[in-house]
Amino acid sequence: MSWEIGLIIVVVVIISAIVALSIRDLLAASFVLMAYSFGMALLYTELGAPDVGFTEAAVGAGLSGVFIIAALYYMKRRSDD
Amino acid sequence: MIAKYKNIVVNIASRVMAPFMMLYALYALFHGHSSPGGGFQGGAIMAAGVMLLRLTLGKERSSRKFPVWLAPVIGTTGVFIFAGTGIVTMLGGGNYLDYGFLPFPFLSPSEHRFWGILIIEIGVFLGVSGIMVTIFDCLTAEQE
Repeated sequence: MSWEIGLIIVVVVIISAIVALSIRDLLAASFVLMAYSFGMALLYTELGAPDVGFTEAAVGAGLSGVFIIAALYYMKRRSDD
Repeated sequence: MIAKYKNIVVNIASRVMAPFMMLYALYALFHGHSSPGGGFQGGAIMAAGVMLLRLTLGKERSSRKFPVWLAPVIGTTGVFIFAGTGIVTMLGGGNYLDYGFLPFPFLSPSEHRFWGILIIEIGVFLGVSGIMVTIFDCLTAEQE
């Protein structure tokens, strides 16, 4: 039963990573990056490291997203790539 | 730069949620010996609670509860607690952060280590939460 949950989480993490790299809107990219961090937190917890998952959920999905969005005020919203 | 968010549902919900986030941060700090958690995670959650108030209430109103000048003071106090504990253990004759040499009378060596780790975690908690809120305040400061 465990490996199916892990497979689902890995697929979600890979899809969100690809979307975060390829999307043009920087605000949407930061939100997808937060979703990626939350998937990584679930993956760490599923692999048996709840401490690392706790840190990833608090810092990766919460604080770094807020920091990125706050830094986004100083630049224009669409990427030029 | 950050003004009050003009939605009563968001305002009331965040105002109700923020004290519970701070309480859970203290739980993650003091229960970090026997469950996932610890100083860094607790400090991050505490900083998230303060930032939630900053984002929804605006900087002026949330500064009444948690002033802007208080965050760097808390962060540097945490660093001093961490480094000071290590220096006290060195003065007691041990290595840096060797909790067995802390000057607690009437305590067994295992209790020395328990309280030493707790003091270190409190230092990390204060440092992380203060510096995170400081970074947020600097990022959202008014530009001339």
